[in-house]
Amino acid sequence: MQVTRDFSHYVRDAGEGLRHIDLAVEGVHCAGCMAKIERGLSAIPDVTLARVNLTDRRVALEWKAGTLDPGRFIDRLEELGYKAYPFETESAEVAEVAESRFLLRCLGVAAFATMNVMMLSIPVWSGNVSDMLPEQRDFFHWLSALIALPAAAYAGQPFFRSAWRALSAKTTNMDVPISIGVILALGMSVVETIHHAEHAYFDAAIMLLTFLLVGRFLDQNMRRRTRAVAGNLAALKAETAAKFIGPDEISQVPVAAINPGDIVLLRPGERCAVDGTVIEGRSEIDQSLITGETLYVTAEQGTPVYAGSMNISGSLRVRVSAASEATLLAEITRLLDNALQARSRYMRLADRASRLYAPVVHATALLTILGWVLAGASWHDAIVTGVAVLIITCPCALGLAIPTVQTVASGAMFKAGVLLNAGDAIERLAEADHVIFDKTGTLTLPELEVMNAADIPADVFELAGRLALSSHHPVAAAVAQAAGAKSPILSAVEEAGQGVRATVDGLELRLGRPSFCGAEALVASALVDPEASIVAFSKGSEKFILSVRQGLRPDAKAVIAALKARNIGIEILSGDREPAVKAAAQSLDIPEWRAGVTPADKIARIEELKRRGAKVLMVGDGMNDAPSLAAAHVSMSPISAAHLSQATADLVFLGRPLAPVVAAIDASRKALHLMRQNLWLAIGYNVLAVPVAISGVVTPLIAAAAMSGSSILVMLNSLRARSASREIV
Amino acid sequence: MEILVILVPLALMLGGAGLVAFLWSLRSGQYDDLDGAAWRAIADDEPPQEAPAKR
Repeated sequence: MQVTRDFSHYVRDAGEGLRHIDLAVEGVHCAGCMAKIERGLSAIPDVTLARVNLTDRRVALEWKAGTLDPGRFIDRLEELGYKAYPFETESAEVAEVAESRFLLRCLGVAAFATMNVMMLSIPVWSGNVSDMLPEQRDFFHWLSALIALPAAAYAGQPFFRSAWRALSAKTTNMDVPISIGVILALGMSVVETIHHAEHAYFDAAIMLLTFLLVGRFLDQNMRRRTRAVAGNLAALKAETAAKFIGPDEISQVPVAAINPGDIVLLRPGERCAVDGTVIEGRSEIDQSLITGETLYVTAEQGTPVYAGSMNISGSLRVRVSAASEATLLAEITRLLDNALQARSRYMRLADRASRLYAPVVHATALLTILGWVLAGASWHDAIVTGVAVLIITCPCALGLAIPTVQTVASGAMFKAGVLLNAGDAIERLAEADHVIFDKTGTLTLPELEVMNAADIPADVFELAGRLALSSHHPVAAAVAQAAGAKSPILSAVEEAGQGVRATVDGLELRLGRPSFCGAEALVASALVDPEASIVAFSKGSEKFILSVRQGLRPDAKAVIAALKARNIGIEILSGDREPAVKAAAQSLDIPEWRAGVTPADKIARIEELKRRGAKVLMVGDGMNDAPSLAAAHVSMSPISAAHLSQATADLVFLGRPLAPVVAAIDASRKALHLMRQNLWLAIGYNVLAVPVAISGVVTPLIAAAAMSGSSILVMLNSLRARSASREIV
Repeated sequence: MEILVILVPLALMLGGAGLVAFLWSLRSGQYDDLDGAAWRAIADDEPPQEAPAKR
């Protein structure tokens, strides 16, 4: 049977006879990886570009059209020790990137204008108290206007547009007072300059825009990054299937190119990517991802199989009933959009506050003007004071308070191996006081491990490992990995559903079912772990048994203890059988556990806890966990999780250890603390500054100092979130 | 004070040059991978492919 891989779905034409493909790469995290990959790929002839993007963990490749098969890049990366997947940029991500760039351009323009206007303002301020001629002052003011007006017109666009949208929808948002403040300040300054006045506020207006743009850009950048991570997750999941394109010709195609009615081949050790019915073959399948049940189910002609099931022993031909991946992907995109739109709750709080804020600020400014007129001041002076109130109350520090903390905290979490999937995850995670763990794949590792390797002579174990390399069975793969086997035994023959055998130095070696190796007696006499799979190995007349199961994550016990030390309630809810769950709970010292729980039961339990006022963090990986992940206050999944649950989870953690769970909780608690502090700082600034502005003593110098002082204070405070990732467990 | 005629345009030109440089670097994608760029700066150069025979 011939297998070809078809990547045409992902290859773009880059012009000038070049082809382009983007690959999402797993496990790139340092400069060494970057250099290794770039050198390794550039060494392939006819490759014109190989560039790693470390931030997004992707590789861009270009090569001369018609010379290379993209599959070769993936093979080369595999040799270098990285798993790569072809990647298709979503249109939503393109839009985020464009928006991010636009904000950065605005920020550049505003920062340039701020610096130059400030350069002109400082001579004016010092000249006002010494001997500057009025003509010189006017000249400097006109120059400032020349820089500030066009710059504000360009860099203010994000605010003006958003304010206009809000006003035409007859609501207000934070951008309305900002826009009014900036426009009034600039307008008043022009009028003052025409009348040769002493003060102009060009510097304050443009500086305000600069600081606000910093906040906007950071916020946007975090969203862009979240979107990129989500895009990679979608690519990293097996998204290909072996489709029959002839009676015995197979093409490995992206699932997007599979339609209902197609026939796909499901080989042992492969995860099914579609829903369908078996039409030929017989095998055992592992549906633990869908049902949580770890015992294998027998599949034969007519058995329905679902996306996410793992094929264990034999090859199956499956007729596709639903190209479920298409709907799943759509589902993921939809869920992601929801997650991203459910912006930070504090952000929403700030938006709500702004609805109050705008009328209050505008009323204060108006009262200030009227008050000064009644007190006998001229209309001109009263209006200048009123505008000064508007400028000084512009929510500069408020706009930076949340995004700066979020950016720094998400960076710290990223380093600890946690990716944010939802915008408001940090705040919700910080409140969690009860953790529910799923067992399979969450507390345990998703891969199988040999539990009794120490009981078997090392040379025998190594031989078993080498023999295991010839089998596709996942249990055999676990044996091979545990033995660190590198060179397969060439003469090995696999007997489907039974095991592998080979003859070495006149001795027959067999690895497989106990009956295949004649080791039933040994299995019957041995004390065997109820949840382990048993493989037998025979070398001539010597017989051994290996017990293979999912081991607990290496630091699970320490993590549970650390959570307890933080006074967080812990329990296990698992769909698995009772003995398995009980064993795990006992070894981790968790008194509360339930076995054989259905998805509906899990949700009921979460609702019960919610009613009691607990904020539940659900950590789970199976497709059966997706509903409960969504029901919980906040949720987390390991990166090995099924598509759907990963898309539902608020946070995703990487790697073998469980420690990121604790690290994420610590980081988010610290971040929430800092966000609150920042909000108080910003509010405190306004409380102090507004009376000063009303009293009419605010010169442009005071406005500029107060504004930049409070913004920088808030930014520095946010940087403290960086240290959060250090104390893990 | 005539010196202002030179200094002010000079200052604006320098600032403008900075802005143009920033916009150019943004357009050419230099802010796309800040993590990677940080490492590239300290990475070793590629070893020379083949030293030319003549000296």
